[in-house]
Amino acid sequence: MMCQECGSKPATLHFTKIVNGEKTEFHFCDSCAREKGELIPGTSNGFSIHNLLSGLLDFDPTGKGSTSSKPQHSRCEECGLTYTQFSKIGRFGCSACYQYFSDRLDPLFKRVHGNVVHVGKVPVRSGGKIKQQRELERLKRELQLRIEREEFEAAASLRDKIRDLERKIADL
Amino acid sequence: MANGPLFNRALSDWMQSEGPDRDIVFSSRVRLARNLRTQPFPMLATNHQSGEVLEQVRGVMNNQQLQGIDRFQLIELKDLNELQKRVLVEKHLISPNLANEARNGAVILSENESISIMVNEEDHLRIQCLYAGFQIREAWELASRIDDIFESQLEYAFDEKRGYLTSCPTNVGTGLRASVMMHLPALVITKQINRLLPAITQVGLAVRGLYGEGSEAMGNLFQISNQITLGQSEEEILDNLYRVAKQIIAHERTARQKLLQESRDRLIDRVNRSYGILAHAHIMDSKEAAQRLSDVRLGIDLGLIQTNTTPTIMNELIVMSQPGFLQQLSGSKLSPEERDVRRAELIRSRLKSS
Ligand SMILES: [Zn+2]
Ligand SMILES: [Zn+2]
Repeated sequence: MMCQECGSKPATLHFTKIVNGEKTEFHFCDSCAREKGELIPGTSNGFSIHNLLSGLLDFDPTGKGSTSSKPQHSRCEECGLTYTQFSKIGRFGCSACYQYFSDRLDPLFKRVHGNVVHVGKVPVRSGGKIKQQRELERLKRELQLRIEREEFEAAASLRDKIRDLERKIADL
Repeated sequence: MANGPLFNRALSDWMQSEGPDRDIVFSSRVRLARNLRTQPFPMLATNHQSGEVLEQVRGVMNNQQLQGIDRFQLIELKDLNELQKRVLVEKHLISPNLANEARNGAVILSENESISIMVNEEDHLRIQCLYAGFQIREAWELASRIDDIFESQLEYAFDEKRGYLTSCPTNVGTGLRASVMMHLPALVITKQINRLLPAITQVGLAVRGLYGEGSEAMGNLFQISNQITLGQSEEEILDNLYRVAKQIIAHERTARQKLLQESRDRLIDRVNRSYGILAHAHIMDSKEAAQRLSDVRLGIDLGLIQTNTTPTIMNELIVMSQPGFLQQLSGSKLSPEERDVRRAELIRSRLKSS
């Protein structure tokens, strides 16, 4: 793909700008990106091109507007990326970032994807556990229902099933 | 390696094969972004850490099931010169990002070049499968199979709520990017494309030109892909793309027939004029080459040009006339002017030999 600015050099910088949920893609060669002032000076080390993403995630970095009173992590303890850095570069540093920044991701994902929860493929390896946990939740709901209906015999057998499954999941 | 077919042949083996709707859909591609749980993403990884990722991935190459799919070779980017990297980019086997930026970057390629797995690009793994014609589901099935093989030996970063965890928030969930490359000359000639493109983006798909952008796509080539990766299953994503692409194919076919009925002579003149220019011009810039090749391909598809030239001519010559390829073939660096001469020469000889 060629640079969208000069059309003569191959585009080496690709980024998506998201403003109010509207995504726009940009493709620039190094020199055009520099001319456009998209590169932030003094950051050509480790982050380099990803600094271009600064501003792409135009979401509330302070967490204002969220009514959650839960303490929010401002830094991923695993890789050291701060939330401010994340909102600037638009990239996570490691898989643990998803946990540390978890409280603030729903609004972001809502804007980018319109959704917040994965419903697709599950890896085989961790799939066993996830499937069993879903089954466990289903059994617990059913148990609740049986108790409400005073079907105690069925409830008792469900309780045994739940205990077995919980033991199995703990062993995984 | 330097002079192997990988760097000198524009057409990968997979491109030669026949596929459904090949008069309009040139290729179907699926890409899966995957990461290892225990290592930071490539952006933050130290040289040592990305080296470890590379070694772990290399370990999977001995997997029996993987070897059952095709023969694979792992190429480290540091072993390639600039021109070779560029050729791989122009053949869509690696991204410009991997060619320019990656530490411990590598690509695992299948023998027919339909499978390319990038290592240490933006994500630890980017599994890509390419199919000729409109075979988006086939591409997904193969990519998913390869994904399973890698997952059986590597511990993926996966979260029950968020799905596959990726470096960029725009890929999280399925990590799936599915796309079809379509040749839509009749929709461009009849200007219907300007109404079509906004409609496509409204149903959650993205459109981009092959080497240009927006409606000024070079050679009337458009790539249509999904944008949403979270909250839709892979089947839903593919189904959505499939249905929309099917409609576009139908529109393009109708527009072609309409052109044939209403302005047959002008169409014949246009495609043969382009053929004549390609066959005889001495200087040819890349933009004109793409447009003329698009005309010729349309002429071949509609049986308006008397030639033995195969329909894949456009795919081949578009790749071949890119700067990296031209320079690789001539064995030296070329100025833009030299390239335009070399490009014209290459196209002339290719048309003559067929
Ligand atoms: Zn440029
Ligand atoms: Zn992190």
